[in-house]
Amino acid sequence: MLEQVVRLGRAGIGIIERLGRGHLLLWHILGGLGALSVRPGLLIRQIYSVGVHSMLIVGVSGTFVGMVLALQGFYILSQFGAEQTLGVMVAASLVRELGPVVAALLFAGRVGSALTAEIGLMKATEQLSGLEMMAVNPVKRVLTPRFLAGFISMPLLAALFSALGVLGGFFVGVGLLGVDEGAFWSQMQAKIDLHEDVYNGVIKSLVFGVVCTWIALFQGYDATPTSEGVSRATTRTVVHSSLAVLGLDFVLTALMFGD
Amino acid sequence: MVQNRSVELLVGVFMAAGLVALFFLAMQVGNLSASTNGEGYLVTARFDNIGSLKEKAPVTMAGVRVGRVSAIGFDQATYEAVVTLSIDPKYVTIPDDTFAKIFTAGLLGEQYVGLDPGGSEEYLKHGDQLALTQSALVLEEIIGQFLFSKAEEGVE
Repeated sequence: MLEQVVRLGRAGIGIIERLGRGHLLLWHILGGLGALSVRPGLLIRQIYSVGVHSMLIVGVSGTFVGMVLALQGFYILSQFGAEQTLGVMVAASLVRELGPVVAALLFAGRVGSALTAEIGLMKATEQLSGLEMMAVNPVKRVLTPRFLAGFISMPLLAALFSALGVLGGFFVGVGLLGVDEGAFWSQMQAKIDLHEDVYNGVIKSLVFGVVCTWIALFQGYDATPTSEGVSRATTRTVVHSSLAVLGLDFVLTALMFGD
Repeated sequence: MVQNRSVELLVGVFMAAGLVALFFLAMQVGNLSASTNGEGYLVTARFDNIGSLKEKAPVTMAGVRVGRVSAIGFDQATYEAVVTLSIDPKYVTIPDDTFAKIFTAGLLGEQYVGLDPGGSEEYLKHGDQLALTQSALVLEEIIGQFLFSKAEEGVE
């Protein structure tokens, strides 16, 4: 009985310790931002591997999500004779929710796991210690550019997702199902508010970008330096990022659209 | 370095694509743009009440779309709504005594302008004004009138 309470306490302390280390790491990463401005080449290389390589999967998913939304929405809306609000439905669900959230989930799977594995392996093969030996701060040199790249890429990817989703919905709704083109756009433009919907979506994706990249970098940096440790850290990255995105999405939605 | 240059190029493409997507969301999905399609000739019509008619709503004749609502204004002197209709240039034989009404597509659908052709020999041309119009039906007013007439019946 007592043993169980002790184990519970140990687990609690462990969680808080990891949280503390995570926040310290974030603090050190942010401390490297000034030094990064001297070497923008590092950032560009990371945006290439984080952003450019994710464009295809994000774009294709966005298009298909928009197309499916239009198909499903048309089926329901046509029962009420309200097919013309299809544009509003597709755009609102994409810009407010699906764009930031699904793009962030894809980002966690596509980019987060890669970052964790990369940094975990750097640690396991003692490249990070090697940098430290040469008086190069591994956090500033390796982690900061990756963090900033994630922060920049995520809102762009989410915007790409939403825009292609709207175009996919337009293609299915107007092209295949015969919704009126003008009604599709005019209803959308009348109902979607630039500040309320579009800006809040961008803010969401910024938050998700920070959280996903942070979790991925921390898991990699904190991984047990063995092949098993790296594989477990990679799994944890995807699970924790996805849960964090879904949980934060609820909180952000309640804050933004709650009243 | 050639490789470095292609990396920079692709990053540039990525950033540009993302910014274009944001721009698209702001302009086309949001309501920042004020673009009107220039094609077609413009005809104005005055209504007492346009209900919830929006710009770009369809203009139909016998159920076929012949144009779009290109602008909605308000006349401060007569307190009327001034609706500018952009009619497709291939429909040139619309009589100038055509009757314009505002209809609703379905129970929850959006409102549109329906044109009933008159018998005039003269055809509508750019800048003309439709004299005969009928306002949108506002559901609350109809219910109000109905209740009012019911109440009057009760008195007698």
